[in-house]
Amino acid sequence: MNSISGASSLHCITELDIKEKIKSIRRSVIEMIHNESGHLGSSLSCLEIITVLYFMKMRHNPKNPNWEERDYFILSKGHAAPALYAVLAEAGYFSKEELKSFRRLGSRLQGHPDLRLPGIEAPSGSLGQGLSIGVGLALGAHNHGRKSKVYVLMGDGECDEGQFWEALMTAAHLKLTNLILIIDRNGWQLDGRTEEIKKKVPLKAKIESFGWKVYTVDGHNVQKIIEVLNQAEDSREPVAIIAYTKKGYGISFLENTNRGHKIQLNDEEYLMALKEIEEGN
Amino acid sequence: MRAFLAEGLCKIGKLFENVVVLTGDVAKPTCTYLFQEKYPNRFFNLGIGEQDIIGVAAGLALSGDIPIVALFASFLMRAWEQIRNTVSRANLNVKLIGTHAGLTAAADGASHQALEDIALMRVLPKMTIIVPGDPQETIEAIEAMVRIKGPTYLRIGKDETTKLFEGEGVFKIGRAVTLKDGRDVALISTGTITSEALKAAKCSEVDASVIHVPTIKPLDRDAIISAAKSCGIIICIEEHSTMGGLGGAIAELLSSEYPVPIIRIGVQDSFGESGSYYELLRKFGLTAENIRLVMKEAIKRK
Repeated sequence: MNSISGASSLHCITELDIKEKIKSIRRSVIEMIHNESGHLGSSLSCLEIITVLYFMKMRHNPKNPNWEERDYFILSKGHAAPALYAVLAEAGYFSKEELKSFRRLGSRLQGHPDLRLPGIEAPSGSLGQGLSIGVGLALGAHNHGRKSKVYVLMGDGECDEGQFWEALMTAAHLKLTNLILIIDRNGWQLDGRTEEIKKKVPLKAKIESFGWKVYTVDGHNVQKIIEVLNQAEDSREPVAIIAYTKKGYGISFLENTNRGHKIQLNDEEYLMALKEIEEGN
Repeated sequence: MRAFLAEGLCKIGKLFENVVVLTGDVAKPTCTYLFQEKYPNRFFNLGIGEQDIIGVAAGLALSGDIPIVALFASFLMRAWEQIRNTVSRANLNVKLIGTHAGLTAAADGASHQALEDIALMRVLPKMTIIVPGDPQETIEAIEAMVRIKGPTYLRIGKDETTKLFEGEGVFKIGRAVTLKDGRDVALISTGTITSEALKAAKCSEVDASVIHVPTIKPLDRDAIISAAKSCGIIICIEEHSTMGGLGGAIAELLSSEYPVPIIRIGVQDSFGESGSYYELLRKFGLTAENIRLVMKEAIKRK
């Protein structure tokens, strides 16, 4: 899967492997949101995407997080931190035990990501900033002749921010081909349906008109995600992938609703969620 | 001052290969085009999008470069939240330069006159703030800010040509400079307006000391406290709002360490307006003539 010496070999080879990883990561997220409140719905909509990136696509090394040639992942939608923290722990950046400290005083697992935690590449929490940071990282990597690719994961609500559109223009102008934007298109933002709060459609056509190559994908289908990520490698333009997802995916009483936007699962909900994960595929 | 900014940038560009300069459609007025001519591959004009520029600079810093962002001070503040949440919070090695600061944008009017930028930057943790007073100090300050790690805001004006210093080695981060000793009152100022303070002190019957403070953060606490002790009354002079800038910083310090009366000369809770630079300085009392009047009044309070 990779021949670069600095990268670790934690990539999943089989579909069964990756499904086990997803199950385990989902379990970690549920435990965190039982322990402490957090943005569960939004973490579950992008969980497969982040997992596939870290376990099937990106060149990175948890034992050497600052390896210069690594690929970068930026979670622009910083409120989905539980998903990213669970993936990083699963990959070995820190112990799974530390996930219990999420949002607690003195923890490295802040409510929204910051650099004190190994594996976090950029601070986030204020929306609409991740793509600009990704442009800078991609530009820096390119200028220094590094092979690094930069993956930025945004929420669809974040598209309301003007800075996002500035960054789209910048990336296209600079013709960055080592930058891949993924939009978690779960259709919800804090106050309700994205199209009711502020209309985004036609999102694909808008981004294309800025000079980007845009793909769409089912954001919960592992096979399709890896296929589209592979396709993105060959583009001569910056690439955006609109991943259609469901907020709260995998938990029936939250799925495709806004109830899990920010929540703390009570004991009963926690056990129900765990049961569904164990029974799910 | 802009020409010296360019000179300083080119000098530092030669010393550090990982210095890159970013601007947003103001390469000409900031004179950063001169850096572009020398180092075209290390210069990025990203158009009129200040918020995006700060994010890109953050990304470049995360990739190991030392990005220097040069924008009009007034519009750089448009990206204050990006500076707070991305640059300052993560202690990124991003160097910010605000030009046309204070009243120097003169005829362009209030929209272009940055009178609150020091206050906005001061409240950000980890931010170093430098306001040099003359060309030599500007050139040295640019090198000094690149040599330290962490976010820095450097504030300059436009066309001022004041000269405060002879020779080299005039600037050190965090160090205030006593330009004139005196016993009756201490004039403490920052930026090029120090030249007006010096002029005022030189032709006055009041025996004033003049202390130039090119680094607002970290503040030279010892120099300020010692001025308060020796003169007993302080006049702060700055081309900025009287709230939250140098005067604010000094008031915060002395109120707990050595309370003495502090008179603040600057823009009093108002916007500027169009006019010539000198007319505006006069309107806001930032001329030697007015400083002298304030000095006379001040010693009556002792």
